[in-house]
Amino acid sequence: MAEPGFTLIDDGRAVEVAYGDGFERARRAQDAGRPVALDLDERAAYLGVPAAVRAAALVSLEAPDFTLPDLDGRPHTLSAHRGAKVLLVAYASW
Amino acid sequence: MWQAVHEELRGFGFSVVTVALDRSPADARPWIDAAKPEHPSLIDTRHVVADLYNMVNVPTIVWIDERGRIVRPNDVAFGTDTFKHITGLEAAKHLGALRAWVRGEAPPLPKARTQALQSLPTDTDQQARAEFGLGRWLFECGRSEAAARHFERAGELAPHDFTIRRGTMPMRGIDPMGPAFREMLGAWTKAGNPYYRPLPE
Repeated sequence: MAEPGFTLIDDGRAVEVAYGDGFERARRAQDAGRPVALDLDERAAYLGVPAAVRAAALVSLEAPDFTLPDLDGRPHTLSAHRGAKVLLVAYASW
Repeated sequence: MWQAVHEELRGFGFSVVTVALDRSPADARPWIDAAKPEHPSLIDTRHVVADLYNMVNVPTIVWIDERGRIVRPNDVAFGTDTFKHITGLEAAKHLGALRAWVRGEAPPLPKARTQALQSLPTDTDQQARAEFGLGRWLFECGRSEAAARHFERAGELAPHDFTIRRGTMPMRGIDPMGPAFREMLGAWTKAGNPYYRPLPE
């Protein structure tokens, strides 16, 4: 029987690694101050971004950039609007 | 509902960009189809923007200037008065300020004031977002029960974060407009906590 794997979700991307390797990398991320959500039954861990990193970016006042799809799946990047004023609105159907 | 604002002000070098913090494009589609937006209308099922900007509820608006700088941090504003009877917030006040800024008739908030008004995440908030992220990945893998455990854990860590507590309800088989939401909201406000956190005057 093959050794069970492990999924690490880092920077929004999921990568498959060996179980021991994944667990070790999650532990090291936590030691480095990153928020880590772990599920041993599901053999997966999500490596998040520390509060200090997010806070420093926000206090700099440089609008954090992102790329997201529209309904047709076409990607849009916030910084493509440089040169224009932008009203960013987060909403939801709920 | 932001299309009218986009249409009115686009000639001044301005665009609305909307981001739906929804379970799926299908959940957001009826709203987008009804709005017929000519501005970017994006779908953020993984709450990328909520994490980057420390957003904890909807609607949340941010003003960003021509240089890509935040000039008005996370605030609560509505494009219309449809929900005024529930929220007590009038659309006109924000719209008036927005028009003045976009047309160059009034400066935005001073830099130091903008920084002071920003809400910054705590370590616990980011741990909650990691739990959400793992839950979302499990949900996408069809592991709904495991996902729900992490969504619930995230909500316990960040009880003020309704993008998590309410936003994950559709992924937990709970009606986000139904009795479970009303009960959650009632307990939250009864304890003296605000559901909406607009910027101070």
